[in-house]
Amino acid sequence: MTKSNVLQEGVGPLLTSVDCDAARAYFRTQPKEMVDKVMPVSEAVSRFVVDGDYLASGGFGGDRIATAVLHEIVRQKKQHLGIAGHTTTHDFQILCSGNLTGRGQLLDRVDAAYIVGLEARGLSPHARRVMQSGDVRVCEWSNYTLALRFQAAAMGVPYLPARSMLGTDTFKRSAAKQISCPFTGAPLAAIPALWPDVAVIHVHASDEFGNCRIRGTSVADWHVARAAKKVIITCEQLISNAEIRSDPTSTTIPFFCVDAVCLVPGGSFPGNMPYEYFSDEMHLQAWLQAETDATAHATFLEKYLFGTKDFSEYLEICGGEDRISELRKEELIV
Amino acid sequence: MADFSPIELMICAASEMLDDGAMVVVGTGAPCAAAMLAQKTSAPNLTLMFEAGGVGPLLPRMPISVGDSRTFYQGLMATSMADVMETCQRGLVDYTFLGGAQIDMYGNLNSTLIGDNYEQPKVRFPGSGGANDLGSLCWRVLVITPHDRRRFNERLDFITTPGYLDGPGARERAGLPPGSGPYKVITNMAVMGFDEESKRMQVESLHPGVTFSEVQENTGFELLVRAPLETTAAPDEAMLRILREEVDPHRYILGRG
Repeated sequence: MTKSNVLQEGVGPLLTSVDCDAARAYFRTQPKEMVDKVMPVSEAVSRFVVDGDYLASGGFGGDRIATAVLHEIVRQKKQHLGIAGHTTTHDFQILCSGNLTGRGQLLDRVDAAYIVGLEARGLSPHARRVMQSGDVRVCEWSNYTLALRFQAAAMGVPYLPARSMLGTDTFKRSAAKQISCPFTGAPLAAIPALWPDVAVIHVHASDEFGNCRIRGTSVADWHVARAAKKVIITCEQLISNAEIRSDPTSTTIPFFCVDAVCLVPGGSFPGNMPYEYFSDEMHLQAWLQAETDATAHATFLEKYLFGTKDFSEYLEICGGEDRISELRKEELIV
Repeated sequence: MADFSPIELMICAASEMLDDGAMVVVGTGAPCAAAMLAQKTSAPNLTLMFEAGGVGPLLPRMPISVGDSRTFYQGLMATSMADVMETCQRGLVDYTFLGGAQIDMYGNLNSTLIGDNYEQPKVRFPGSGGANDLGSLCWRVLVITPHDRRRFNERLDFITTPGYLDGPGARERAGLPPGSGPYKVITNMAVMGFDEESKRMQVESLHPGVTFSEVQENTGFELLVRAPLETTAAPDEAMLRILREEVDPHRYILGRG
């Protein structure tokens, strides 16, 4: 097969296969019956997240994230996972607490578009330690090109063209290629498809089969849900299939993309959930602060994460329903 | 003349560069304040967009994340990241604001790492996020940044986001959209643009009380000067009042400067 159209190649590692026929063969064998997929988070993680898997986390780092699943992945000490970091902020912070903390190596490879920062809140000292130690293999991307990788996978094609990343070290350290356009001859970036093994996505509502509704921005989740080989959904609310059918326009993820549905009210905490509750900035600051000192960090993680049995216990320690209703007022600006 | 801080001057100067009816992708912090100020003063029909998918919000207060629900509060649309970026790629977006740990004379930006070993960098920063996309795809890039030698660097440790790369024609040769690129750099000392021929950074106006040699001393490369070198217009009382009372009453940004 000729690849003569390639002008330049990034030197970053391609961490996942771009074989669209292999992906088709996989999707062909997936069960497509409308069956009840409701289960506890612990069961979803033990059944669908396997050591060595490559993960994608929905939402936008501190906004509409599947906190309960991310915590459970850490609690169950999953090892050698990959992660797509398109503005992964608090979600990355949670996962990398399974690195360099005496619990083995939770992450070992990262497609990085935005990883160690929590935006305006500042950088995560522990995430930086992990990234600076060489503990994980890294491939650079930008937010759009990483989103485009899911889009290509969702389309079932091996790559999509873009006019981004060209001419920079971000391109050089990526696994993209520069090609010449078959129509105009102009240089383009060829962005490879990415089929994650598992995606974890928090939504506003789902029925028992996994037909989901997301309100507010979808970020990259429309494509992430379609690209991933397994999808674990957490939802604020379980609704009936009749309700889904009453307004199909509102369905953003269909049941045939979904493997597990977990009811987790407050499930994006301490992240923001549009129209439900705002982010808990005090808790996020406390987490960042704890990371500045090794002992304080260990104590913090033991209290909130390693030592809790599930998300509801964590939420209770953080103030439970009372805290959520304060954050609800902030979200709704009342 | 009204009393103002350097950060207030930077935000006011940036807001005046945004023309009415334009589209701008903003982040959090000073750029967001500049865009909000422009909406309340010279550019009521400015459309704000955020990279996670928020379009045309009526911002009730400063967002903390470019994906939080403020970014589409009473907005025109809550869409996807790809939709916002593709609106840039189609050529509809006039302005964006970017920052970074390092900037060079061609306006290239580094927000990825410090050090010469990629595998084990001295300091790892978040990386591109949407910066590379916005810096590649929007027509005009504005940078608001503190001015010091550590930041204004001859050679970047990593080019995260393209400015004019290594000079005239380089963006086009790489395949980036023709006619796009860095537009203005606004610091606590001066406003800089880019020379049309050489694509190098040039000082266009000095803030009141600042001399050119002070700016040059705080810059790790040779700056060009556009003649006549002007003094940055000081913001008036009315503008400062709107900035302080309506845009950032809690002093999230103004408190830092």
